[in-house]
Amino acid sequence: MKAEGSIKKITIKPTSGWSALNLKDLWLYRELVYFLTWRDLKVRYKQTLLGASWAIMQPFLTMVVFSIFFGDLANVPSDGVPYPIFSYVALIPWTLFSKALQDASRSLVANRHMITKVYFPRMILPLASVLAGVVDFMLAFVVLLGMMVFYRITPTANTWMLPLFLLLAIITAIGVGLWLSALNVLYRDINYVLPFLTQFWMFLTPIAYPASMIPERWRVLYALNPMTGVVEGFRWALLGTGQPPGLMTAVSALVALVLLITGMFYFKRMERLFADMV
Amino acid sequence: MANTAIKANQLGKKYIIGSGINSYRTLRETLNDRFTFSRQTETHKKDSDVLWALRDISFEVKQGQVLGVIGRNGAGKSTLLKLLSRVTEPSEGSVDIYGRVGSLLEVGTGFHPELTGSENIFLNGAILGMKKVEIEKKFDEIVTFAEVEQFIDTPVKRYSSGMYLRLAFAVAAHLEPEILVVDEVLAVGDADFQRKCLGKMSDVAKQGRTVLFVSHNMSAILRLTEETLVINKGRLIKRAPTAEAVDFYLSQELTQEGQRIWRENEAIDLQNPFQPKSLRLLDKSNQPVDTVRSTEEFTIEARYALTKAIKGLRIGVYVITSHGEYVFTTFDTDDARTFEEYAVREPGNYASRCHIPANLLNGGRFIVGMNASSYRIRTYFHEDQAFVFNVDASGAPGTQWPEPRLGPVRPSILWEINQI
Repeated sequence: MKAEGSIKKITIKPTSGWSALNLKDLWLYRELVYFLTWRDLKVRYKQTLLGASWAIMQPFLTMVVFSIFFGDLANVPSDGVPYPIFSYVALIPWTLFSKALQDASRSLVANRHMITKVYFPRMILPLASVLAGVVDFMLAFVVLLGMMVFYRITPTANTWMLPLFLLLAIITAIGVGLWLSALNVLYRDINYVLPFLTQFWMFLTPIAYPASMIPERWRVLYALNPMTGVVEGFRWALLGTGQPPGLMTAVSALVALVLLITGMFYFKRMERLFADMV
Repeated sequence: MANTAIKANQLGKKYIIGSGINSYRTLRETLNDRFTFSRQTETHKKDSDVLWALRDISFEVKQGQVLGVIGRNGAGKSTLLKLLSRVTEPSEGSVDIYGRVGSLLEVGTGFHPELTGSENIFLNGAILGMKKVEIEKKFDEIVTFAEVEQFIDTPVKRYSSGMYLRLAFAVAAHLEPEILVVDEVLAVGDADFQRKCLGKMSDVAKQGRTVLFVSHNMSAILRLTEETLVINKGRLIKRAPTAEAVDFYLSQELTQEGQRIWRENEAIDLQNPFQPKSLRLLDKSNQPVDTVRSTEEFTIEARYALTKAIKGLRIGVYVITSHGEYVFTTFDTDDARTFEEYAVREPGNYASRCHIPANLLNGGRFIVGMNASSYRIRTYFHEDQAFVFNVDASGAPGTQWPEPRLGPVRPSILWEINQI
């Protein structure tokens, strides 16, 4: 049967194993990404007294606690800049990542009523969670600028590279988010593992301490954590501390890409089971 | 000759029941299985673990056709719609779809209680596949259809359930896909809402779109569709013009004779303050039977329990012919005095009995349906075909000629003959 010119034909049949990513569908549904991100943001802040300021409070208060315990009491070095700003610059991309992890990993299960009733590329759900985090990031970034004025630090000439490091953070968040959200549908104990994983990951990343504290011979291994590249990159671009992007950053970026691509394939492979298992 | 819209070829969907792949597991269990080599693979599954929700379904729908899909609960109708909507994947077979599919498997998918009506229109519309531009264009139409103009900027958690449903349906009703797939959305909401739904669906059908409609409401199926598929235990057992298919279904598929009892373990929503217990046919000496004589009165008794006081509750009984046409509808508070007396029903066990006079129904097979609702507020319970019963017309006036009389009623009518 020949299809008419304007009407497209779709064949639905069982798939098995690895399947093509079908990014075209994702593009067709791009407006839905916008709407779901908008929904997540609106709902998050409706009816909360602090509202949008919560996006700023989280990294800010963490910075205060770190400054007292790590900066003052434990006297952790901070690469020549005041400890508060040293940790805050790292905390905002970190908050983006950890919040995205939290929300993305639950996104499929939380939206089960949609998954079992309507078709849309399921990748949109964890994607929207990450993008909502980017908006929060922007808010926290404004506070950062305020802090830089306060500490009289001028951004370095390399600040233009900041969006690249932000992109690296986003890619990492999406990659890990895809893995976790798919795994969470199949194995609900991911939910319980996540807080521990996030905590552990935070200490593996040079947020409270500088990467320069890590012995030379461990540095490349250490850079397998893509957030290391992000955090050190943020500091270098804004404050001029640490090393310029080199091997460590390259390793981080590579790992992030691998996480993203494998995440997408794994997600697509598991996607056919979501509606039946969520 | 019209083009094909849907062509299904030996479609099948299986589920593995029990603690197999389809129930979520913990990592610990999976790792444990791997280490002890006891992981069950699909080929080693026992047959009893596998449930074929659909098997060997093949059919073709041409563009512009309106097709009904009927069958008992659990027959596989919703699974078929889910497959066509790409919500879930088939286990075998394939289906070719020509055109965009809009599915209404549930109203209000994606609605969020914290968002306003207007925000939810956009969100729901986007989820159903409409573009932002499309939604903006139809926005006013949608609001008018839903009759919620005043409340469009209030969060939907403040809406009454009626308003919520009307809004949700209004968005879905303005989808304009080439193929529309609808699942039982008429089962929710009050009579007003259902009428509106039917009206809109009828409009959609007239516009020349292809529609696949699943329902238990035989009247709606008869009204909207030309041809109907009958599904039983996952198989397509009949495809025929609607009247024939409905007849087949009602006379062969329904086997509950004379009574319908709801068991403890049936999936009745425990949050529902109305809990049906039984619906039975009783003869003139109050014995449960499955056949009555047309010359004798009989009773239909509904037993139910209320866990909370309900205002304005009415229990309705429908009698339908085996061709799906309504004979009559009657509610236990139709009488004005009874209506006032029972304006509020306190929690407890109840029996509502209606006495059908002798010489009303004609010989044949009839279906009884039941409904519990409060007018324009909420439908607590609804079952379109609860049980079937037979009416034996022997001994009725006119049976000296052994010919069947047409029509669902056979009143005893007084004639006078005069030579003038």
